[in-house]
Amino acid sequence: MADRAQPLSPWPGILAATGVAALILGTLVAVVLRAEAGTGLGASDWAALRFTLVQASLSALFSVGLAVPVARALARRRFPGRRVLIALLGAPFILPVIVAILGLLEVFGRAGWVSQGLGLFGLEPIRIYGLHGVVLAHVFFNLPLATRLILQGWQEIPAERFRLAAQLNIEGASMFRLLELPMLRQVVPGVLAVVFAICLTSFAVALTLGGGPRATTIELAIYQAFRFDFDLGRAALLSAVQLILTGTAAFLALKVSLGEGFGGGLDRQVRRWDGRGSRVLDAVWILLAGAFLLLPLAAIVLSGVPGLLELPPVVVRAALTSVGVALVSTLILLLLALPMAAAVALGRAGAVEMSGILGLAASPLVIGTGLFIVIFPIADPFDFALPVTAVVNAVMALPFALRILVPRARAVVARYGRLGLSLDMGGWSFVRWVLLPRMRPQIGFAAGLGAALSMGDLGVIALFADPELATLPLQIYRLMGAYRMEAAAGAALLLLALSMGLFWLLDRGGRWHAEA
Amino acid sequence: MLKLERCLISNGEFDLSADLEIEQGQRIAVIGPSGAGKTTLIEAIAGFRPLAQGRLFWQAEDLSEKPPGRRPVAMLFQDGNLFPHLTVAQNVGLGLRPDLRLDKAQQENVMRALSRVGLDGLEARKPAALSGGQQSRVALARVLVQGRAMLLLDEPFAALGPALKAEMLDLVAELADETGATLLMVSHDPDDARRIAGQVVLVAEGKAHPPVTTAELLDNPPPVLRAYLG
Repeated sequence: MADRAQPLSPWPGILAATGVAALILGTLVAVVLRAEAGTGLGASDWAALRFTLVQASLSALFSVGLAVPVARALARRRFPGRRVLIALLGAPFILPVIVAILGLLEVFGRAGWVSQGLGLFGLEPIRIYGLHGVVLAHVFFNLPLATRLILQGWQEIPAERFRLAAQLNIEGASMFRLLELPMLRQVVPGVLAVVFAICLTSFAVALTLGGGPRATTIELAIYQAFRFDFDLGRAALLSAVQLILTGTAAFLALKVSLGEGFGGGLDRQVRRWDGRGSRVLDAVWILLAGAFLLLPLAAIVLSGVPGLLELPPVVVRAALTSVGVALVSTLILLLLALPMAAAVALGRAGAVEMSGILGLAASPLVIGTGLFIVIFPIADPFDFALPVTAVVNAVMALPFALRILVPRARAVVARYGRLGLSLDMGGWSFVRWVLLPRMRPQIGFAAGLGAALSMGDLGVIALFADPELATLPLQIYRLMGAYRMEAAAGAALLLLALSMGLFWLLDRGGRWHAEA
Repeated sequence: MLKLERCLISNGEFDLSADLEIEQGQRIAVIGPSGAGKTTLIEAIAGFRPLAQGRLFWQAEDLSEKPPGRRPVAMLFQDGNLFPHLTVAQNVGLGLRPDLRLDKAQQENVMRALSRVGLDGLEARKPAALSGGQQSRVALARVLVQGRAMLLLDEPFAALGPALKAEMLDLVAELADETGATLLMVSHDPDDARRIAGQVVLVAEGKAHPPVTTAELLDNPPPVLRAYLG
């Protein structure tokens, strides 16, 4: 026996990984071949590159800078609702971008709550469009992520150290220097890199809050070259630039990276004896962060209810389209991720995991552009808007799904592989009776995540859709463009409910009656 | 007859050699110091560890290259012998059909086996709703329906209390007698060997020795075993 006996074949997973790699790399090759380097980058392209880097840097700095005191407060305070708040910090990940933007507009926009408040004192309303707005929205999405990652760093400081420090009566600044600063020095660079990489590929935020010559990201420039000028060569060239940028950033982020906290362990409380004096300060930080996250959502709920009662038919149609796309995308995601997770669990980690991570390095619009170039000579790409959206969404969710599924698949194979083998449960029997039932909670979670991400996605669909066709996020964007804000708010509330509802149903379904 | 013909088993840290024969229907205890390779030997027979050299026969059949599920072997591991999400009946049924498509006769067979080990009426439960002893009985019921020629035990009752363990070992002995299966069980405890095993295979210093009568070995232990027994 050359190979160790295994209850499963890794080949379906290797096949799926090859397919994903072929899709991503194939579209990249198409992009590079089609790029017209001759024309070079124009002034507006350089401006887009500059803006992309500036906004991503600022977003990373603000997100992480604010996350440190919030995480510190959460790490050392115990209060009712702490668990709920920490769980809520995970919510922006599956929150549709367009919904958050509408909420932010209602709070921080020209006619928003804050501007109205300022108006009472005779002050100018704040301007949300442009660099401020883009950074604000990115901080809204990434402050929670950064807080969770940094909080995890705090939780990993062994409890014994705090006990020892308390025994030695070390407090305040000395405590910070002794225990917390070294941890932050390890954790913060990774978090900065992750947020920076995420903000580089920002499309929907730039599309709605940016735009114009002074606030266009490369991702948005690709879209404009495509939609407005139908200049495939330039779109491809910009895609190539974006590719180098995201590839480098993803590489850096992985290099300085850390285990991401998808839930587990964050509600563990380390007993602390210090920091009695800064209780008020911590409370202020927690309240501010909570308000910053919850107010826009509250605004959407409040303003959306009237619109919800009289949704225009286009919105209902778009909602049905979106649910369909999300379900198909989730199915594709699972058909790719499960065999890949099994293959990794069976010891074929390297290449399979690499292929799963590729999705992080490529941006949806780059893949979209590539697919357009590939399909264009054969058929009308606009006919493929929905299938392409479903596939790209699945590939984009793949890295996260693998992160959820792989550890569990490893555990199941390690614990039950030999028993299955001794009972001659090869292949499908093992999948049907052991692997799937044992992994159900993780499958439900991954499926919920994939469905919610696809539901809220406003990316490739903007590239491919014709006026007759829209997903719900795109329809909301169109309503906003037509200044039908009430209908947009109603549709946004519907989208929010559908995304969260799909996530809840799938995640809950996975855990329903699951045995320990 | 089980025959290990000049076998060399490598477990990554050390090599274990075995050149021995075991009579059909014997009840054998595999004993020896911790870390000497008792489990390694059992795993090689079950097919979880490849042979670096030599060949393994059951009667005239060469098992050396066969996958674990295709060997005439039923095995109980130290833990994890039941699937927690399947019912008692399903856990036993897996011994008949890995895809669980049991026909009427097979279902009856499962119920008979459950009845034989004293689990009447518990077939619809999940393992978590059973006591430790009952869980062991489910695993034994599955061994019964598997009807394999060899039964290998890698200390599956180690977590049970002494009285319950003795009860399980007696049940194992009865089942082995009824089915005529050849039994090999890893044990830390010489009393287990005396209780049900007619012969002992001593595993020590990189070698699995040919079987000798239990009383003979335990009453006159060689130095390496004496050091272990204390």
